[in-house]
Amino acid sequence: MPSSCVPLATESSHADRAHSLVRFTEIAKSFGPVRALDGVDLTIEAGECLGLVGHNGAGKSTLINLLTGALAPTSGSMEVAGAPGSVHDPRAARALGIRCVFQELSLCPNLTVAENTRLVHPGLRGWNWSRRAASLIEAALDTVFPGHRIRAGATVASLSLTERQMVEIARAFTTTDIAPRLVILDEPTSSLDASTASQLLAHIGRVTQRGCSVLLVTHMLHEVLESADRIAVMSDGRVVGCDPAGVHDRDSLVALMSGGTHRASVARLAADRRTGSSQVLRATPKGGEPLVANQGEVIGLGGLAGHGQTEFLVDLFSARTMAMVAGDRKRDGVFPLWSIGENISVGAYRKHLRHGLLNLASEEASAEEWRGRMKIRAPDMGNPILSLSGGNQQKALFARALDSDAGIILMDDPMRGVDVQTKQDVYAMIRAQAAAGRTFLWYTTEMDELYECDRVYVFREGRIMAALGPDEITEERVLQASF
Amino acid sequence: MSARLRWLVRQPWSWSFAAAIVVWLVAAVAAGQGAGGALTAALAFGTFYVIVGLGQMVVVTLGPGNVDLSIPSTIALAGVIGMKVMDGSNGGIVPGILAALAAGAAVGLANAGLVFLLRIPPIVATLSASFIVQSIAIEIGGGLLVKPPPALAWFATAAPLGLPLAALVALALSLLVSLVLARTIFGRTVSAIGQNRRAARLAGLQVNLVAVATYALSGVLSAVCGVLLASFSGGASLDMGVEYLLSSIAVVVIGGTSVNGGRASPAGVWGAALFLFLLVSMLNTLGFGAGTRMVLTGLVIIGVITAAGGERAA
Repeated sequence: MPSSCVPLATESSHADRAHSLVRFTEIAKSFGPVRALDGVDLTIEAGECLGLVGHNGAGKSTLINLLTGALAPTSGSMEVAGAPGSVHDPRAARALGIRCVFQELSLCPNLTVAENTRLVHPGLRGWNWSRRAASLIEAALDTVFPGHRIRAGATVASLSLTERQMVEIARAFTTTDIAPRLVILDEPTSSLDASTASQLLAHIGRVTQRGCSVLLVTHMLHEVLESADRIAVMSDGRVVGCDPAGVHDRDSLVALMSGGTHRASVARLAADRRTGSSQVLRATPKGGEPLVANQGEVIGLGGLAGHGQTEFLVDLFSARTMAMVAGDRKRDGVFPLWSIGENISVGAYRKHLRHGLLNLASEEASAEEWRGRMKIRAPDMGNPILSLSGGNQQKALFARALDSDAGIILMDDPMRGVDVQTKQDVYAMIRAQAAAGRTFLWYTTEMDELYECDRVYVFREGRIMAALGPDEITEERVLQASF
Repeated sequence: MSARLRWLVRQPWSWSFAAAIVVWLVAAVAAGQGAGGALTAALAFGTFYVIVGLGQMVVVTLGPGNVDLSIPSTIALAGVIGMKVMDGSNGGIVPGILAALAAGAAVGLANAGLVFLLRIPPIVATLSASFIVQSIAIEIGGGLLVKPPPALAWFATAAPLGLPLAALVALALSLLVSLVLARTIFGRTVSAIGQNRRAARLAGLQVNLVAVATYALSGVLSAVCGVLLASFSGGASLDMGVEYLLSSIAVVVIGGTSVNGGRASPAGVWGAALFLFLLVSMLNTLGFGAGTRMVLTGLVIIGVITAAGGERAA
């Protein structure tokens, strides 16, 4: 399918072509061997709201980063406001009138609302700047969120998450020297309640009428269906569809996102293994449907990233019966001062004890064994763990969990940065260990990995939205429950 | 540089020993007196730095913010309780030592309670605990100097062939702490907590239990120091621990233990303790006044840490 997103209007007239605020032609962006963007054609017209949807890893964030100047394209041509060439850096993006409201809130919590406004407006200087910053942000808040009750003098830390998001959004629409021409809203309503969200959508309608463009990136499909003029759908680094919002409904968007591929689940579980196996775990995340795991099962936790799967696993973790494979290596997994071997043996100290002391030879032997089994690329397992690439560090964390005697292994999207061959090896290892009676709880954002599971629970906003059996695991069903 | 020398430079403890040797030689040359005598004195006094330094080191290894500021008052309390129970008789030595160690452990557990149950930052928790502990010591001591039993006094001061017996106690404790840190689940857990507490919990380690035990260990080592110090100096005085507040931290840091946690250096504590004592006695023999001595001590410590830190980062 050609990945094209050029509206009809520009093809019919030259005059309109000149009005395109942003024009991407054959844009590609690679990170090493990974192609995050694979030849994207996209335009954003002046004064339109373009919706951008797609599952995790489809390339939406990379696209935003190109627009804000955080990344440069590997190939292809970009044109912003009639000027060809990429946006060099965030400062250049700002000079072009591009503003971005980030998903991760970017306010400084120790500063006041007014001071945070000053941060993005270098022009607010000299006598009485804080009074002027305060009236600027208060006016913006009054316009976007009438009746908001946020004081400009309040420290951001004292605001609720919703209020912070409101400040962040309002700040993007403030003007001193350079007026905003394109406001990128990345999941803007994730922390807003229903009424403030609809206030924002109404405001989008107002600013686009005045000629400002809005790029609305969201998982809330009803929002783009309501507010966007056109909707671009991304999948695997390409724009797979870009049509006026009117031609779409929720189902047609989901179908486009899944790329029309209907790969069936591997469904390789032997029926005799499942029957008669005993229940080892029953947990109820956030009072929704319960999650049940039987001995020897591989249970997938699906859904969009950040919908409570990691929190569920961390809360569930209990040292006595479980081992964890961290996905966020730096935060949850790696001990940076230790060797590769020490990072592995920490999960199974008991089996290296001789008369109450750890036997170094036994630790070393086990490290060597795992170097072979996980194909960890290191000349010496005594080398520091940080000397490994990210993917190889991840293999060491896998080895740590598999080496333990825990009956239940929790996996927090652990395959990020792992090469394809190792992934296949690990899948095989998981299957073999499950057959031997271990239970796996596997949170993953990759559809291909959900196919490796016996059953899948799909999470949304911290709750289980769907429980899929072996024959029901399809991309479409998972996406249906995710949105 | 030969491979062996390069290995030596990379060790966290090498800098403290190098500094100690330099100061020792300067002191010996400047004073023109026997270098052996200076070393014996350094071992005798350095012993006390080493013992409290080991406890402080394990606490610091728990990670940023962890520190035991109650060491001086614990020394005083344990010394007072030990001497009181012994009451100057050799027969009271064993119960006296046990009582002192129990007092040290109790202070450590109380510190841990403040830090982990009430979530008070260690620097504040152990400092406020030390006021209470000091008051208890004053109450128990009652202002009287109780003399140590003759056998213990002899043991604490004897130095056959220039080797103080008390230094052997410190050496044994150092070896024990080294072994515990490197080869027991407790020791590895301390290091894991210091590197990444959340990851340590998710690796299935007993994070809370070990952290509490670490503060208790520091209390016990302070108690050992208190008993030895009281026996060494002819009785327990309430202010005998005062100088160990900053020096216990100084020997840990100079010795190469990471202030960010996770990496302890027991050998370095020895080098740093000898260095600190020799530095002060060198400045003494060179005829500096007390004020100049303290300024120079501070500057030299800063210098050593800067040199060692810069080298290790490379």
